[in-house]
Amino acid sequence: MKNFSETRIADFEVEINEASESNSRTKHSWLYNIKYLIVGVLFGIVFVKAEIISWFRIQEMFRFQSFHMYGVIGSAVFVGMISIWVIKKFNIKTIRGETITFQSKKFNKGQVFGGLLFGLGWAMTGACPGPLFAQIGTGALVVIVVLICAVAGTWVYGYLREKLPH
Amino acid sequence: MIGGYVAAYFLSNPNEVEVAPALLAELKTYNIYDTQHLLPKEIFSWDGLLSLRGFLLLVAGGFLVGFGTRYAGGCTSGHAIMGLSNLQWPSLIATICFMIGGFVMANLILPIIMKL
Repeated sequence: MKNFSETRIADFEVEINEASESNSRTKHSWLYNIKYLIVGVLFGIVFVKAEIISWFRIQEMFRFQSFHMYGVIGSAVFVGMISIWVIKKFNIKTIRGETITFQSKKFNKGQVFGGLLFGLGWAMTGACPGPLFAQIGTGALVVIVVLICAVAGTWVYGYLREKLPH
Repeated sequence: MIGGYVAAYFLSNPNEVEVAPALLAELKTYNIYDTQHLLPKEIFSWDGLLSLRGFLLLVAGGFLVGFGTRYAGGCTSGHAIMGLSNLQWPSLIATICFMIGGFVMANLILPIIMKL
């Protein structure tokens, strides 16, 4: 879990609504957390079945050799847009009745430099952060090494954050 | 991880992964033939990790994924999918940079690494 009081210092990352976060932190029964488990498992299954965790599909995407990934990401954005529109239009609440708020992202140079670095890594490993876990789940245990290196990367970022251009 | 396991062991497709012919031909020049799984075993295996190119791809690649994601303030789902759905222009910039990084790696740098 992230330490919210710590990341607030110079937060270039996505902010989390503190109010709703502390609200939802009140009680943590296993039943309350199970929704994350269910969505997570479904997400993992979709990752594998849609082959978006495949190194081959990522290589094809970056070489314009197949439409596959563009189709998957494009339809995800399309469904996302409709979902956000519906949530805003009907003011849909979370299961526990909290209001859903969308925060605008602020531009900083990290999105350019970090984005380029992430893109390099994406084409090397064939995975962005979520799919790393799904790749391990499919039995590619060596990806644990990739995951450890990715976590190390996030630590090094945290260590160098003040010195990096944003 | 559980989702990946369930999909791989209970819902799996027994056929080989279909790979674009142009990519297959290119991979052959790097001695990569395995298309049985979603990841080629010549790189994504413990033996692969011990080769120079496999070590570079897995270790340096993993590091860049973690470092870049935090530096950019989000990953594919955070910026490309969620950010674009919510019409956030910083996310569009991030997504374009993800793609530029990927194009450069896949087309310019990867061919060099794969021949190591």
